[in-house]
Amino acid sequence: MSQAVADVHAEHLHTLEPAESPLTPESWGKLGMWVFLCADAMTFGAAIAAYAALRITNVNWPEPRDILGIQTTAVMTFILIVSSVTMVQALSGVKHGNQRKFTMFMAFTILGGLTFLVMQAFEWHHLIWIEGLSIRTSLFSATFFILTGFHGCHVLGGIIYNSVILLRGLAGKITQANSSLVEIAGLYWHFVDLVWILIFTFVYLI
Amino acid sequence: MATQTPEHAEPNYIAVFIYLSILTAIELVIAYARPPKLFLVSSLVSLAFAKAVLVAMYFMHLRFERRTLAMIAFIPAILVTFLTFMLLPDLTTRIWASIDAHEQVRASEAAPAAAPASP
Repeated sequence: MSQAVADVHAEHLHTLEPAESPLTPESWGKLGMWVFLCADAMTFGAAIAAYAALRITNVNWPEPRDILGIQTTAVMTFILIVSSVTMVQALSGVKHGNQRKFTMFMAFTILGGLTFLVMQAFEWHHLIWIEGLSIRTSLFSATFFILTGFHGCHVLGGIIYNSVILLRGLAGKITQANSSLVEIAGLYWHFVDLVWILIFTFVYLI
Repeated sequence: MATQTPEHAEPNYIAVFIYLSILTAIELVIAYARPPKLFLVSSLVSLAFAKAVLVAMYFMHLRFERRTLAMIAFIPAILVTFLTFMLLPDLTTRIWASIDAHEQVRASEAAPAAAPASP
């Protein structure tokens, strides 16, 4: 009798489990990340809109490609896109219970992010120490450093986030059973990639 | 907390990667070709948004999510578009003011050069 009561109680608890969101099929965490990304997207959107407004209203705005290195930045863009691919491969690995594939591709993703940051540091070093640009030099340099710097902070955050996921994976705390934690981290990383695609076009190419 | 991800059709990530690489290569070709400004801006912006949509749909799995979540994700795009159009009236007046100021500077720079030639 007591077992039957316990079963009914367990079933009742199961029906109250809040993980089944009406918005996402499996987790509140994913919904939370999407809401955060929406807020972040509006911050980046406002920054890019302000950049566009300042640029359109200044007839003396320099041609970015004459100052900024497109070739280096194209490589950086390619690296971020590749790191997005390694991220989805890591997710695919953990979903299918392949821990080795998961940890290997997570490590590649982190390596991609680190390479991107190092290249950005070299770019900034060149612009600041060779070209003599600073955030106070002109509107062009101010908007450039703010946009790319804000994005660089997001890349750094993503590297830390992914490193935590990797370490927990290596400790055996992330498995097929809770693979959505990797998917949520992936959402953040792909968003960083998506924003860079827009910044690369608006700031460097146009 | 039940956090296991339900299965959905896994997209061909390598194909998406190839599409993204091709679109980036096209962007670079256009940027180096330096076509007329209108074509440059419209084509590069279109390509950038196409790449962003590819990332959101297939890497972020938005294509496989519920429609309500996709609508939430679409809200920033609507608000940023609205913000940009809100700025337009102010921008148009500033553009003309900027062009006027630029022409005045050019005129003042040209005046001393023209002065010795006048009787």
